[in-house]
Amino acid sequence: MDNIILEMRGITKTFPGVKALDNVNLKVREGEIHALVGENGAGKSTLMKVLSGVYPAGTYDGEIHYDREVRHFSTISDSEHLGIIIIHQELALVPLLSIAENIFLGNEIATNGVIDWPKTFSRTQELLTKVGLKEPPTTRITDIGVGKQQLVEIAKALSKKVRLLILDEPTASLNETDSDALLKLLMEFRKQGMTSIIISHKLNEIKTVADKITILRDGGTVETLDCHSEDISEDRIIKGMVGRDMEDRYPPREPKIGETLLEVKNWNVFHQQHRDRQFLHNINFNVRAGEVVGIAGLMGAGRTETVMSIFGKSWGHKITGEVFMHGKQVDVSTIPRAIDAGLAYVTEDRKQLGLVLNNNIMHNTTLSNLNAVANNGVIDDHKERKVATDYRSKLRIRSHSIYQEAVNLSGGNQQKVVLSKWLFTSPEVLILDEPTRGIDVGAKYEIYTIINQLAAEGKGILMISSEMPELLGTCDRIYVMNEGRIVAELSKQEASQESIMRAIMRSGEKH
Amino acid sequence: MVAETSAPKTTPSIGDYLRNNIREYGLLVALVVIMLFFQFLTAGVLFRPVNLTNLVLQNSFIVIMALGMLLIIVAGHIDLSVGSIVAFTGGLSAIMLVKWGLHFSIVVPLCLILGGLVGAAQGYWVAYRKIPAFIVTLAGMLVFRGLTYLVLQNRPIGPFPKDFQLLSTGFIPDFLYFINPLPGVITNFFALVAVLVLVALAIYNGVKDRRTNELHGTENEPFAFFVLQMGIISAVAIFLGFQLSTYKGFPNVLVVMALLIALYTFVTTRSTIGRRIYAMGGNEKAAKLSGINTERLTFYTFVNMGVLAALAGMIIAARLNSATPKAGVGFELDVIAACFIGGASASGGVGKITGAVIGAFIMGVMNNGMSIMGLGIDYQQLVKGLVLLAAVFFDVYNKNKG
Repeated sequence: MDNIILEMRGITKTFPGVKALDNVNLKVREGEIHALVGENGAGKSTLMKVLSGVYPAGTYDGEIHYDREVRHFSTISDSEHLGIIIIHQELALVPLLSIAENIFLGNEIATNGVIDWPKTFSRTQELLTKVGLKEPPTTRITDIGVGKQQLVEIAKALSKKVRLLILDEPTASLNETDSDALLKLLMEFRKQGMTSIIISHKLNEIKTVADKITILRDGGTVETLDCHSEDISEDRIIKGMVGRDMEDRYPPREPKIGETLLEVKNWNVFHQQHRDRQFLHNINFNVRAGEVVGIAGLMGAGRTETVMSIFGKSWGHKITGEVFMHGKQVDVSTIPRAIDAGLAYVTEDRKQLGLVLNNNIMHNTTLSNLNAVANNGVIDDHKERKVATDYRSKLRIRSHSIYQEAVNLSGGNQQKVVLSKWLFTSPEVLILDEPTRGIDVGAKYEIYTIINQLAAEGKGILMISSEMPELLGTCDRIYVMNEGRIVAELSKQEASQESIMRAIMRSGEKH
Repeated sequence: MVAETSAPKTTPSIGDYLRNNIREYGLLVALVVIMLFFQFLTAGVLFRPVNLTNLVLQNSFIVIMALGMLLIIVAGHIDLSVGSIVAFTGGLSAIMLVKWGLHFSIVVPLCLILGGLVGAAQGYWVAYRKIPAFIVTLAGMLVFRGLTYLVLQNRPIGPFPKDFQLLSTGFIPDFLYFINPLPGVITNFFALVAVLVLVALAIYNGVKDRRTNELHGTENEPFAFFVLQMGIISAVAIFLGFQLSTYKGFPNVLVVMALLIALYTFVTTRSTIGRRIYAMGGNEKAAKLSGINTERLTFYTFVNMGVLAALAGMIIAARLNSATPKAGVGFELDVIAACFIGGASASGGVGKITGAVIGAFIMGVMNNGMSIMGLGIDYQQLVKGLVLLAAVFFDVYNKNKG
């Protein structure tokens, strides 16, 4: 009964000025799926870095017992030797190498430095079968989707004789089908006796797969819940994470909907790379003042591409169609023109596309509207400082000052900086692409509150999200997209997870 | 004092401040140490007025080009062609002045424009056609060197008219000779007065900045530091100014260089263009999605580099009193090294004008000092290479530690 594979006792890890982990305890039984949850900054990733040897023994206090012995890992390869494999959120695959090359990278099947390709391929084939991938081993990583890349990572872990698999937000960038496949795979591995630790923000997924849930808050262990002895609700988990009851995950709002602000008609776009392929077909939609409009759809449905092609033609090619603001046609052919027309686009990828990470909060805040804090091209320091300070307090960006670099902020605060940047351009329609991806529950609530405030001020909000409950909880109207087309428009009353899925499925049958 | 402690942002301790700003002070300290080191090794020749003047004349063009190169490196690119542009524009100016007999007041602006066009020709491929700058400017390096040989027909052209030579060899005249208190020692009283006025202005501005910062609750450097820094810089400036005033005063080139340094410092720290270049170098995609015309910005950084390289080309031609096809060979490396020694990051988004200028002078003082000591070009190259590596290692080490 007492087959504990891993026990971390009293782990304390301090960085200059911050106690990242304070006396954390974690006990994992052999053959279980153990979920690790907590808000961003709660210490989940730090704990896993301590475990895998990224932070070598001696730089933290406390003990790690693995396989009934005290272990002192000083490098990642030490922990890998014992079968502890960590798969990070940002995948560590080389895009231009094949699946087989990636799986055995650094661990090649070779004699005297000469690679045995036949053996490599046959081993790869075996591993791919185990994770349910049908791609040939010679396929390049760049040619397969994120979901399949994640599976390749797992295959790579399997090749190293994994006993304890750690997954850091494995489904963050996957659509529902891929997520489901991944979770099923984890459950399959559990049957075979493998132990996994999964870090995730998606509580519904955790509920489905986890045997135990350990909750961290502010660098300390709050509690470990046993999913088999009691029925754990999502609200129960959230309560542990935020330390308070969260009555409602979505703040209430009384919509006051006005005239039509943004209207897009007959929008057709060809694919950016495959230039002869039409990607978006005859898109028509509108957003009214004070309204929050959602776009639902599976990954690859063309949601991000739609809004990016509208926002200064920043995606696609051979774009045709009309865009109206207040009923008047506007020119959105470049990003500055789209901004002038009153549009703002908060990207789904804030690190790559949203922020200049090595610039501070102030510089990021004013970037899109620098002329507003400058006279004849000379920046007015005091004005700029005031703008940044105002947004910092208005959006409650937690940082030690406006001079903190964006790279050192948590996901939620980074997102607020991106929001500040766009709010400072005083847009009439704000396009939000996955605004709460990868940020914790508390910060999500704050983002929703901001969205509600903006709608109350009479702005139009267009929101893309892959989390259906989020759309249902915040939107007044939802468009459903599939395969480059808008396939349904649902009012708040009509919209439900089922009706959205039904619209997607039905449109799929037609083609 | 009470007001300070109750302010929302406390002044950081000296230790913290030093740790956060070690790069900038380290660089300045390194320059001073290297100067003192060679002053000692050359038995006092380094600081002699004649040699100081030479130091300025020999390095002005590297400094001037480093200003443009820093913008290019911050923008995330590189320009290998500046040495060839120097030769090309120098050659063109020689043809216009010597062969066609044009007046320098026409030739100088014309060559600056031509330099801008050369920069534009390269910037076009980098900015709008997305060809890596390394390749475009490598091609440019060959093309413009080849064109230089063509236009000069393989022969040096010279000598230049006197008025054009003044660009490099002229000095600011002593406007204040009639009130010179020590005519026996000081030969250009104006230079000394100018330095004193500038130092006074710098101190006044420094104090004013601190006061406005306090008013707005912005972090100030510790007061002791401010005093120490101001004191050292003032003392060094007055000493150098005094030395120059006992010779011929300020070289014209020094004034041109100082004005350009001031201008580019202003552009990088205070202007929207400067801010946008840093943002673009830090994350080009994010900058573009924020509404910045990144193509145009990149294009103009190359145009700017072309203009500065043309200016440098004319200064060199005027100094050598002839335009040769071999002028400026290898200058691109000195200029790029100056930027990297000065703390610019090869991946873009990071770097300061003051850093690049100090970097250029570190190289310059080493060149000069080693030449006086009679070390050959072999040792000079070796030492310079190691210093470059050490400086960048220091950066990387610091970054990893923090």
